[in-house]
Amino acid sequence: MRRTGAVLLVGLAVVAAGIVVASLRVNPYLYFAGYVILQYVVIATAWNILGGYGGYVNFGTPAFFALGAYTAVFLIQTIRAPLPVLILAGGLVSALLGLGIGYLTLRLRGVFFSIATLALSIVLQTMIMNWEFVGGSRGLSVLRPSGPPFGSYVTFLFTVMVLLAVIAVTVARFIERSWIGRGLAALRDNEEAAECMGVPTLRLKLFATTVSGLLLGVAGAPFPYYVTFVEPNSAFAIDYAVNALAMPMIGGTTSWMGPVIGAVLLGTAQQLATVTISSEMNLFIVGVVLVAFVVLAPEGILGLVRRLRGR
Amino acid sequence: MFSWELLANALVAGLLLGGFYTAVSLGISLIFGLLDIANIAQPAFLILGSYAAYVMNTAFGLDPILTGVLFTPLFYGLGVVVYRVYYGSFERRGEESLRGLVFFFGLLFIIEVSLSLKYGVDYRLVQAAYIGKSIDLGGVGIAYRLLVPCLVGLAMTLALYLFLGRTFYGRAIMAVSQDGPALRLMGADPIHIKTIAFGIGIAAASLAGALLITIAPVIPSTDRDYIGRMFAITVLGGMGSIGGTLVASVILGVIESLMGTFFGPSWSLAVSFGILLIALAVRPAGLFGR
Repeated sequence: MRRTGAVLLVGLAVVAAGIVVASLRVNPYLYFAGYVILQYVVIATAWNILGGYGGYVNFGTPAFFALGAYTAVFLIQTIRAPLPVLILAGGLVSALLGLGIGYLTLRLRGVFFSIATLALSIVLQTMIMNWEFVGGSRGLSVLRPSGPPFGSYVTFLFTVMVLLAVIAVTVARFIERSWIGRGLAALRDNEEAAECMGVPTLRLKLFATTVSGLLLGVAGAPFPYYVTFVEPNSAFAIDYAVNALAMPMIGGTTSWMGPVIGAVLLGTAQQLATVTISSEMNLFIVGVVLVAFVVLAPEGILGLVRRLRGR
Repeated sequence: MFSWELLANALVAGLLLGGFYTAVSLGISLIFGLLDIANIAQPAFLILGSYAAYVMNTAFGLDPILTGVLFTPLFYGLGVVVYRVYYGSFERRGEESLRGLVFFFGLLFIIEVSLSLKYGVDYRLVQAAYIGKSIDLGGVGIAYRLLVPCLVGLAMTLALYLFLGRTFYGRAIMAVSQDGPALRLMGADPIHIKTIAFGIGIAAASLAGALLITIAPVIPSTDRDYIGRMFAITVLGGMGSIGGTLVASVILGVIESLMGTFFGPSWSLAVSFGILLIALAVRPAGLFGR
């Protein structure tokens, strides 16, 4: 119990630090870049709850992220809902989609599940592209609400993302340390054996897909206000799919720290590469780093550290 | 909007498209269907084949399909290298499912981004005598740029069918897909056989890539459109059955062509993924399941 209290304190400290950073008013670009990196902390953590703990590889990250973003667009277009409502609604809709793919795991395991999630992403993108109300394939400009609670709107969004990242990591850590995490690890290693030992595999899988979907939707909901112009190709970008699995793989998938380390390292490297070289080069780097890690250091950075310590 | 002529044209175009889709899917049918290797980088090799045809066509005016045939040994070699890395890093350690999948996803991404770094994101196309011509059969137009790829696709299907059924190595591939350890007991090396099959699969994809660029212009991210098509056809066709691949390709081609004609081309992409989702959810064994 004392540890949980400590974690909450650390979380609050991070949020407070975020607010302090937001009030510093350094170069605005830094907040833009920081927002993207924090968004990847949420995405990587969310992916890892299903992929790292449960062993179900989700290639459909863009579907959940964009569903959160487009739920927000819809609510902005209809009732101009405030940001907290957008985040809640985006999370809930994506959580429902997550529950749906959770039931899919009844029939599809391993590779087939992964391919189905990829297919889901493309089908959803096609539907959005044909839905004119949210901008169709041409996209849609979104006006930011005037007067954020504090600072400029970008620093405000940055602070919101700090909070969301802290929540996501706390949830992941809680899952990992509880019986849910142990159950997921059991079904990752051998689903049949886990089922036979009395692990409620279906309930655990539904839980993991729903929470993972919820967090991905939450990450996507502020996206319309961040970019102010939403179009399907950027909301459904394959970059999210690659990064969502590259970051936990690089950090290490078995611990909540892995996705955070991966997201911070890879996210920062990408931001630097985008500024100094080109945005295509940064994607190239992600691909190479991903393949290098998965071939040479399958346990990620955490695994490397553990191996060094063990010696 | 509806007319019988439009329907007949859409049907014929769909059938021709189906022949081409067979060419696209033969490689993955071999690799994923028979060897159980989830190579989602396969569409990237397809696009690599397209760019090989494009480069040779603009530099030397070489016919794209001839280029495709000439380049098959090179792509076979590439496939051998990729399989060796995959085997050494994942299959031998028994970690093929999760990490192997991520490996291929990374590979797909690297190839796609490399192509856009080298050639940019503009549409690339090829010139050949038969592109742009068509024959008219009583109101139904048959474009050569669809007819030629369809015929090549059918020839490839026949060749692979005969190879798998009649030759030593073909039968060995069928055997390794059923029981690897048993093959080893018979004195053949399953890894060697799998390497050959993987190489052939990649070579088939590159040849199909040459067909692809004769049908329509290509950009590096075209590969994403084909992930769904390839896997939909393989699953629907029953994982590795050559006849099943042909039938599933024709079904997909016809449905896509009808959707494109009557509902607009923006929906045709969702067809393959929709079919894939339904096939996976309802009947994962496919139409002609083993």
